[in-house]
Amino acid sequence: MTAVWLTIALVAAASATLKAAGPLLLGDRELGPRATAVIASLAPALLTALVLVDTITAGRRLVVDARLAGVAAAGVALLLRAPVLVVLAVAVATTALLRLLAG
Amino acid sequence: MDTEGRPAGRGYAAGARAGLPFAVATAVLGVSFGVLARQLGWGVVAPIVCSAVVLSGSAQFAVASILGAGGGVGAATLAAVFVNARFLPMGLAVAPSLAGGRLRRAAEGQLVVDASWALANRGDGGFERALLLGATVPQFGAWIAGTAVGAVAGGFLGDPEALGLDVVFPAFFLVLLAEELKDRRSLAVAVLAGLVALGLVPFAPPGVPVVAACGAALLGLWNRS
Repeated sequence: MTAVWLTIALVAAASATLKAAGPLLLGDRELGPRATAVIASLAPALLTALVLVDTITAGRRLVVDARLAGVAAAGVALLLRAPVLVVLAVAVATTALLRLLAG
Repeated sequence: MDTEGRPAGRGYAAGARAGLPFAVATAVLGVSFGVLARQLGWGVVAPIVCSAVVLSGSAQFAVASILGAGGGVGAATLAAVFVNARFLPMGLAVAPSLAGGRLRRAAEGQLVVDASWALANRGDGGFERALLLGATVPQFGAWIAGTAVGAVAGGFLGDPEALGLDVVFPAFFLVLLAEELKDRRSLAVAVLAGLVALGLVPFAPPGVPVVAACGAALLGLWNRS
């Protein structure tokens, strides 16, 4: 249990430091046009990586399983302009159904 | 939110409204984290405290799975640092849009979470500060409340993975990504980021591929008139 509490304290401190570093470093300085251009492209890069890593990897392996079907179904729901909660529900239901069928 | 998923407004209240769907998803994830931590012998209080002070689903799941697999404090902490390293570039990106001096900005920066960051992103390098802070509030509350429910109810809720709840995160990031793919440049950035991330997965510790994929944002310098 001590290990759990120690880890929680260390991880909380590390996360706070990572989140504080940018604002502490930059303060109220405005970024130049080149930095701004890179930041404007940060969101598609970050989100693509998060989607793929959470969908088709497990640890250090690439894995195709029910998660991919769920996220693909979410993509179809998005194309059909479904509201956000419906998109999430479609993903969850598809994944759960496949796992149920796979036993 | 309107039908396109963009927040309808820029203030704290608009942010809180825009954050609500993500708060529902976050609550569900919080429940699964609470159940997992309880099953690993964390008790009821530690998972709730963890969610309150770390406020990062991906890092907390990484920590729980490493400690659960018999890993040490150092390995678990290092994994969380890698998983959360994306907050370094994300913090640099939002810093000029926050308010006050360095300390105030660093404090406001603590409220940066993935969904709020993406919702507040104007796409031109700037961020809507009030929207970002407002969007985090319901997610923060939902994360702690969900964790508490999971930790208290524990095994009575069954196996969260059988319920398909682990796809809430990627589906939720897909919703945010769809908003960002506006032109050929953002598509090119996404494709390059995907190749970098998946290419590194077999070789780098978890979290590192995501940070490396952020490098694809350098394509933002290309062909900008």
